[in-house]
Amino acid sequence: MAWSVNNVWLIPALPLAVSFVILSLANSRRKSAAALAVIGQIAALTLSIFAFVTTLQTPGYRAFHNFTWFTFGDSALGLGWVLDPLAAAMLIMIALVGLCIFVFSIGYMAGDKDFTRFFAYLSFFSAAMLGVVIANSLLLLFVCWELVGLASYLLIGFWIHKPSAAAAAKKAFITTRIGDMGFFLGMIWLYGNSGTLLFYDDGRGCLESAGLVMLGSSATFIALLIFCGAVGKSGQFPLHVWLPDAMEGPTPVSALIHAATMVAAGVFLVARVYPLFAFGDEDGVTPSLTVVVSIGVITALMASLIALAQFDIKRILAYSTVSQLGLMMVSLGVGGVAAGIMHLIAHGFFKALLFLGAGSVIHGVHDEQDIRKMGGLRFLMPVTFLTYAVGMMNLSGVPFFFSGGWTKEEILHATMRWHASHLPHYLMLAGVVLTTLYMTRQMIFIFFNNRRAVSDLAHESPRVMTLPLIALAICSIVLGAVLTPAWPWLHSYLTGETARFDATLFIQPVLFVSLVLVGAGIALGAWIYRNAGMEDRHRPAETDPLEHAQPALFRFLEHKMWLDELYERTVLASSRAAARFSDWMDRHVWDGFVRAFGGLGQLFGIFTTNLDERGINAGVDETTSGARGLGRVMSGWHSGQIQTYLGAVAVGMLALLIIYAWLA
Amino acid sequence: MTPTLQLFLIVAAALFCIGLLAALSRRHAIFILIGIEMMLAAANLNFIAFWRFGPQPQPPTGVMVAIFSIAIAAAEAAVGLALVIAVYRHYRTTNVDQLNQLKG
Repeated sequence: MAWSVNNVWLIPALPLAVSFVILSLANSRRKSAAALAVIGQIAALTLSIFAFVTTLQTPGYRAFHNFTWFTFGDSALGLGWVLDPLAAAMLIMIALVGLCIFVFSIGYMAGDKDFTRFFAYLSFFSAAMLGVVIANSLLLLFVCWELVGLASYLLIGFWIHKPSAAAAAKKAFITTRIGDMGFFLGMIWLYGNSGTLLFYDDGRGCLESAGLVMLGSSATFIALLIFCGAVGKSGQFPLHVWLPDAMEGPTPVSALIHAATMVAAGVFLVARVYPLFAFGDEDGVTPSLTVVVSIGVITALMASLIALAQFDIKRILAYSTVSQLGLMMVSLGVGGVAAGIMHLIAHGFFKALLFLGAGSVIHGVHDEQDIRKMGGLRFLMPVTFLTYAVGMMNLSGVPFFFSGGWTKEEILHATMRWHASHLPHYLMLAGVVLTTLYMTRQMIFIFFNNRRAVSDLAHESPRVMTLPLIALAICSIVLGAVLTPAWPWLHSYLTGETARFDATLFIQPVLFVSLVLVGAGIALGAWIYRNAGMEDRHRPAETDPLEHAQPALFRFLEHKMWLDELYERTVLASSRAAARFSDWMDRHVWDGFVRAFGGLGQLFGIFTTNLDERGINAGVDETTSGARGLGRVMSGWHSGQIQTYLGAVAVGMLALLIIYAWLA
Repeated sequence: MTPTLQLFLIVAAALFCIGLLAALSRRHAIFILIGIEMMLAAANLNFIAFWRFGPQPQPPTGVMVAIFSIAIAAAEAAVGLALVIAVYRHYRTTNVDQLNQLKG
């Protein structure tokens, strides 16, 4: 199947080409735009499946194709693509989830006048993310990574007429750029020390043992710098602030950003360059991995706490994404790379499901996003309700039936086995309870309790929107079949082993622990929110039960721990002060220099003007007037009288004769 | 009285002076041409005289030069007359005082 290895590049290239074609279409060609985008995505999915089948040949299959981009001096910069289980699994997830989101968008964006532009951007986004996944060179990965950033900027700010959308787009772009700065520095350092940016290159790549040995102790710092990029992209503390604001984009975009693309890129990056992080480990503990775990734990807990106090349906999901990404980072950090990637893939499916479900709810209740104003939607939007419930169970980690449950068990297992500390394990168990709690809260507010004024308008979404929901719900349940501990097929596939069926492993102790925790979370949620919004159906539920109990704490969480304000006061204020200072310097100091130089120039100009007019010009004038006078005299001699000339010749000849005679 | 070189030279000089005077003083272009022909004839006379009284007085050494000169003079006269006719057709005059278009 060398064919599918050599043509892996087609997987991102096709959606990219499609996006350019759509961009060139007229605004009115809505049907062809949507059809092209979907066809491009189906083509990418088909090729991904071919690639996936190729990787099934042998356990731990890895094939790559490198080529030289350009040469400078003696060193050449190589690019290339790689096909291994990590890439193939991600390819399938991105293409499949992307396809569902594309189809859903046809219904969700049906009323938008920039329908074609939207699909062009969607294809572009998908192409960039597919490029990140297949890159076999840190540089190529970085290029696609930045393209992902650009696409997210375009899509978050898609409704450009909304100032908040424009601001959110800028915030996302600039915040991720801060992380990318570190990524870029790490990349340069890596190139400086190892002389290559290729991951795998027959033993010479920077992730292979020879390349790693060359890095030595700098591997830790390089890994941390690269992790900065992942922190920005995957919304980890302290650069997570852009992710909730990114909700300003259309809901399918939120789904795409939060499930298949963008935020997955950061986790994927850490998984891809994992050898850098793990280099020189003792029992799987290195300084860089410890940093990853710490950041992940902080992010996971902080985000799930904030999610408890949010009222915007999409913001709650956004914070749940942040916390799930933190969980994945913890998993990667404690050495459970396969578990982290499995959770990433499962999360891709169920988070897309939840976001599209939220989109369906928003669409159904006419663009209302405040969960306090919703209620009792379970009979009005049954398909959305059921699929949303599946997503919620996945996210909460309900065991046995849902892929999210199995992958969460894997992560909890991985944290339990970490040698450095058991603290992450217990904190993640607390995170499970919190996740269940805020998801139960959201379910109760949206689908249970009394109907509210806005609910009367509610209607089930059209089939083009519910079908992707059903497809994603089925995927997220069926995926669980290859995730169970009894037959950990995906785990073995990612780690390059052969899966064996062992029914005795089906029941794990941690399974009961999490079963108890999830049950406790749901019960607690149902008890806390039993009366939420039961009062007057024409008024929104004013207060949250937790707000009653702990107003100060609730306000702290509702305002996202005042982090935005903190950044406003510190980072932004100092950058504004720096801007003002530069402005002052520019106006008063540099301007003075410039003016002084200008004055010198003017003085020199006056001097040369005088020299020119008085000196050189006068000389030239004199010469020309002399020449003119001479000419006037000489022209007087030319009488035109031929006999005068002849006479002059005769006289001249006579004079010559006389001189000759005299001299002889 | 035997003819001597000096005598020929005096005659030729006189002829040249007459030709020059004609070329300088006459107003009619054809007379100026005639004056020029006379000066050429004086020069030819000098050729013949120097040949006859020179160290090699046998023919045809000197005569050849004179004949060439006469042939060239004939050609020159033809060109000159053609010019005079062309000038006359253009200006309706052959008076050289009025032909002063080359005035500076």
